Amino acid sequence: MSQFMYLYRGGEAGGTPEHMQQQMQKWLSWLQELTTKGHIKTGGDPLEPTGKIVRKKTQITDGPYAEKDLVGGYTIVEASDLNEAARLASGCPHFDAGGFVEVRPIMKM
Amino acid sequence: MSEPGDHLFRREAGRMVAALTRLFGVHNLALAEDVVQDAFVRALEVWKLRGVPENPSAWLMATAKNRALDILRRERTARTYAPELSRLLESEWTLTPVVEEAFGESAIRDDQLRMMFSCCHPQLPEIAQVALILNILCGFGVNEVAAAFLTGHAAMEKRIARGKKVLASSKRLFDLSHSDAQLLPQRLSAVQRALYLLFNEGYHGAHPELAVRADLCVEAMRLGELLLAHPTTATPATRALVALMCLNAARMPARVDASGKLSALYEQDRRLWDGALIAKGEALLDHSATGTTITEFHIEAGIASLHARATSLQNTSWPMIVSLYDTLMTIRPSPVVALSRAIAIAQHEGAERGLAEIAAIEQAERLADYPFYFAALGELEHQRGNGEAAREHFLHASARARNPLERDFFERRAQEVDE
Repeated sequence: MSQFMYLYRGGEAGGTPEHMQQQMQKWLSWLQELTTKGHIKTGGDPLEPTGKIVRKKTQITDGPYAEKDLVGGYTIVEASDLNEAARLASGCPHFDAGGFVEVRPIMKM
Repeated sequence: MSEPGDHLFRREAGRMVAALTRLFGVHNLALAEDVVQDAFVRALEVWKLRGVPENPSAWLMATAKNRALDILRRERTARTYAPELSRLLESEWTLTPVVEEAFGESAIRDDQLRMMFSCCHPQLPEIAQVALILNILCGFGVNEVAAAFLTGHAAMEKRIARGKKVLASSKRLFDLSHSDAQLLPQRLSAVQRALYLLFNEGYHGAHPELAVRADLCVEAMRLGELLLAHPTTATPATRALVALMCLNAARMPARVDASGKLSALYEQDRRLWDGALIAKGEALLDHSATGTTITEFHIEAGIASLHARATSLQNTSWPMIVSLYDTLMTIRPSPVVALSRAIAIAQHEGAERGLAEIAAIEQAERLADYPFYFAALGELEHQRGNGEAAREHFLHASARARNPLERDFFERRAQEVDE
């Protein structure tokens, strides 16, 4: 088994309270299913939309506000290969919010 | 989230908006709504990956509360907030305790009542009052309110926006205890009327998907409970209103059968009726018989109670039901009430009498689009052995059906009566 990182990019949450709750239910059942099948150890972490960009010792700016397709969170999954990891991501509810998932193999030692 | 059909976000939306509006002032309703929306977005972002916290409702409240504190501190000079609290919100010493108190359980209950009374502003038509209650206090989005009332999205958006403008232009939320005491009786009856409409929309509603929009009934009952919980608003009429809702809601499980088909009273499995709700409705109805005014809620609850207590259609106290309808016709006459009265008379005195009563209904043209008018004619023609006419009437009913469930039901009857 290899490890992969799902980066949840872009997308915007919104809509009516009922819609947002349904979105969350979808996420929970999607991650639950991956967990049950042994692909996930933890659900991952959401990231604050704000932060600092540090380019050099003297160049620290607020950000990354303007960036398109901001990373909103990540999950680490286990899959046999990149194709399987990508296939497992295809049911992600993030698409409903207009976002997409970037699937990146985590380098092995 | 715990179980399916749990509407945590929707339910909390109304509670949060009510508490925030109390702090921010009713002119800042939009700001309160933004804070609630932000809290939901945040909950969605965090919970979807980390799971739902132990006490999700407390999590949402805490998020909204912290955001409120932020805003009240940061925009202290840029905005004016609730005039009656402004002094307390200005000082850091009093700010936190005031905000804490506003998010306490009993404060939130009172705030929801204030909001409910404010939504029933006399400048707004009844339908707009109900729409505002659904949008602000029940957390229904504009499209969900529009769907509940079979209105277009744009029209409903306009109606709600106008309602909010009226609301925001009133200086403060309706005050049940002091300054608005003399306005209370009139406003309370507007609130009761709005909850009654909300419940009926759910119960008889013209919704394309489901004949019984249980959600609307649940919301009307939840808000009714809030009225019951406050000494000022727990009047005999309020008890009668909630009794009426309980007694009708008790029969809901039997109105749509296991296969999702609408079933008429005569064919319902009475064992499916909710005994606990019936008992609650009966107890409230008993307690509503004080005071000097008798309202349409008393009468309708009385009718619902007679239906709920009957073991079969034949064992129903039709003469008493007819006499209650007679009273209802004097309090709130309408062609629909007259039709119900005629149907009750038919049960008691036969189809011929029933048809004669229907023929005598005044302003019957207002029933021209009402499918159950034709269904009633169909049933009575069927009872007196006139299959062909019965079938015709049921086909008319079917053509006017407001949802597939009703249509299936009328088509089924059209076939049955012709066999």
